[in-house]
Amino acid sequence: MEQTTNIIELKHITKTYEDGYSAVSDFNLEVKQGEFITFLGPSGCGKTTTLRMIAGFDLPTEGEILLNGRPITSLPPNKRPINTVFQRYALFPHMNIYENIAFGLRQKKTPEKVIAKKVKKVLELVDLEGFENRSIDTLSGGQQQRVAIARAVVNEPQILLLDEPLGALDLKMRKEMQLELKEMHRELGITFIYVTHDQEEALTMSDKIVVMSEGKMQQIGTPEDIYNEPINAFVADFIGDSNIFNGIMTGKLKARFCGGEFACVDDVEEGTHITAVVRPEDVTLTSPERGNIRGIVTSVIFKGIHYEITVESGKNEIVAQSVHSARVGDRVGVEVEPDNIHIMIAEDHTNIFAAEINKNYELEYNGTVLPVALTDVIKGSSILEDGTLVDSRGLEIDPKKIRVKISIKPQDIELTDDQEEGLVQGCISNMIYKGDHYSYVIHTDLEQDFVVNDEYLWNMEDQVGLVMPVEKMIFTVKK
Amino acid sequence: MIRKVWRWMVIIFVLLFLYLPILVLAVYSFTDATNIGAIRGFSVHNYVTLFTTPELRSMIAGTVALALGSALIATVLGTMGAIGSFYSRKGMASAITTMNQVPVVNADVVTGFSICILLVVVLGISKDTYIPLVAGHVTLCAPFVFLAVIPKLKQMDPSIYEAALDLGATPFTALIRIVIPQIFPGILSGFAMAVTLSLDDYFVATYTKPATFDTISTYVVNATKGAQTTIKTALWALSTVIFLLVVLFSAVMNIRANKEERKTV
Repeated sequence: MEQTTNIIELKHITKTYEDGYSAVSDFNLEVKQGEFITFLGPSGCGKTTTLRMIAGFDLPTEGEILLNGRPITSLPPNKRPINTVFQRYALFPHMNIYENIAFGLRQKKTPEKVIAKKVKKVLELVDLEGFENRSIDTLSGGQQQRVAIARAVVNEPQILLLDEPLGALDLKMRKEMQLELKEMHRELGITFIYVTHDQEEALTMSDKIVVMSEGKMQQIGTPEDIYNEPINAFVADFIGDSNIFNGIMTGKLKARFCGGEFACVDDVEEGTHITAVVRPEDVTLTSPERGNIRGIVTSVIFKGIHYEITVESGKNEIVAQSVHSARVGDRVGVEVEPDNIHIMIAEDHTNIFAAEINKNYELEYNGTVLPVALTDVIKGSSILEDGTLVDSRGLEIDPKKIRVKISIKPQDIELTDDQEEGLVQGCISNMIYKGDHYSYVIHTDLEQDFVVNDEYLWNMEDQVGLVMPVEKMIFTVKK
Repeated sequence: MIRKVWRWMVIIFVLLFLYLPILVLAVYSFTDATNIGAIRGFSVHNYVTLFTTPELRSMIAGTVALALGSALIATVLGTMGAIGSFYSRKGMASAITTMNQVPVVNADVVTGFSICILLVVVLGISKDTYIPLVAGHVTLCAPFVFLAVIPKLKQMDPSIYEAALDLGATPFTALIRIVIPQIFPGILSGFAMAVTLSLDDYFVATYTKPATFDTISTYVVNATKGAQTTIKTALWALSTVIFLLVVLFSAVMNIRANKEERKTV
């Protein structure tokens, strides 16, 4: 991809709704001719809104969109050489497949002969030869999606926008279509802008990935860059499986996290709060005496080409991938090569820790039941009369298969002398004065470091309790 | 067993209650009786009178023309209103929907009387121009068309309109080629409802019609007051014909609806 012309540029794009909700803020992007670029992020991160602004369905409240260097910010969608493949296909139900595909060409007053030829060719491209006269409702979801792609591609757009086009397909079909789309991109040579919340899909297909969260671009780069060098904890957590720990630099090329001290290659000043990311495939399990930290194997899952092994060290959980199995209950050491530890300076010191789900479907941490309903934590879930937990589609959720992570900001935790009052107890292992407050690192009895902001002065090695109000906690569920 | 008998008795009683009056009329329309009472013999002379008396024929033709014409205008206006309100901002859309409810609930006599006051008395438009009559019937029908079209718009996948724009269609082309075909069943049933409402109407017509023109309703009311027996008995035949047409129409609509349902399943 050595082309240098930008086909589309987004400059300081902001979309604020009337109620003040900002879907996208100050979004900047340059896309080169012929690239396959993916907007990746959880639902509600603004990726679809950005796509709709490129298509022309929504107008940005601020900023400019340039197509081949010319502003198109407020050009209506029918005047843009851009076509969209919609999430739910949006085929015209009252027209047959031929008419659906010919619709765009007819708007340009293309002669009927040319239309017939082009429709035939594009149906070959999507492997639906001879389907011209079929009606839409006789097609399967995958076939409908192919028609939707054909309908967009037949107009030879400069940019093809795809809004979670595979979201409604089953897994096998999705995998097939991923490869086919990639092949189509190579064959057609047009720029693809793809929206998805599926990180694997993004990594497989894209030349470049834009990771978005809360209307902001978090990181842009090649799939390798994003996977190997995530810029912050959000990206690291969202892309691939990762072990993410809060920690602190304890010396030159030395970091302390997960209850142990590790050598690393990122030169960060001593005393800095950091977030350390270790990919499961980079975690090596050794004999207890050789590891940086020690722990007990709590689960071993066979995943086909490797075992996924979870090790509990104190209250920290480390997930490792290994070709060698282990036995639950084994005592092991955990070792990580210095260059496999990715250190990020923590711009916000949000504390993240795992909660447990007990038999009564309650969330528990450190033996204390948290006053929050699990059905509020897992969106759309409910507990049936017979006591089983089901998701929004009515399928049973196995509490052993989901992990609930709690994040809480340093300023939302309160320190107390009365240790029993706290959700967890620990001793102050580091403190920095930050102008109007102190930032403490508390090493808890569960071998985890918490960052707490407090305006009162405590002493090093003080034993304290950490009071964490449930309403300040943010719960994330991982399957 | 007894329960079953009871169930059938209730059904038969309800059906009799609903259909006996019109059955009586239908039977009498085929006799030469001049009054409901003694039947002397079978005769179709009522039907002959109905279709040969020029006065009756022009009255029926006029009523049908008025119904079709005002239903057509009401359908266009009601559909436009529904599409307009559907694509308006939330507050605007609910305001339009609420305003549309008022004429639906309002008594016909109030609608007819107020239109008469506005158009004839205030604006001085002569009743002989038929403008007040047509305006009255359109006002009567359009809100019902609106109500028939709105659900179809809500059922429609909103992205197909965007898809049409995306493929280069102007908003007008997208509306005509994509949105209208999608909501057409709603428009059709709105039109059918408008025709029936216009045929049914008595109050709006009495206030706004030209003196020389009569709809079936106004004619029947006048005729039953008068003494012309042949006309009066011919109206039995007219009622029977209308009833049969309505039965036929409902049957066709039902079959159509069933077919569509099977198609979507």
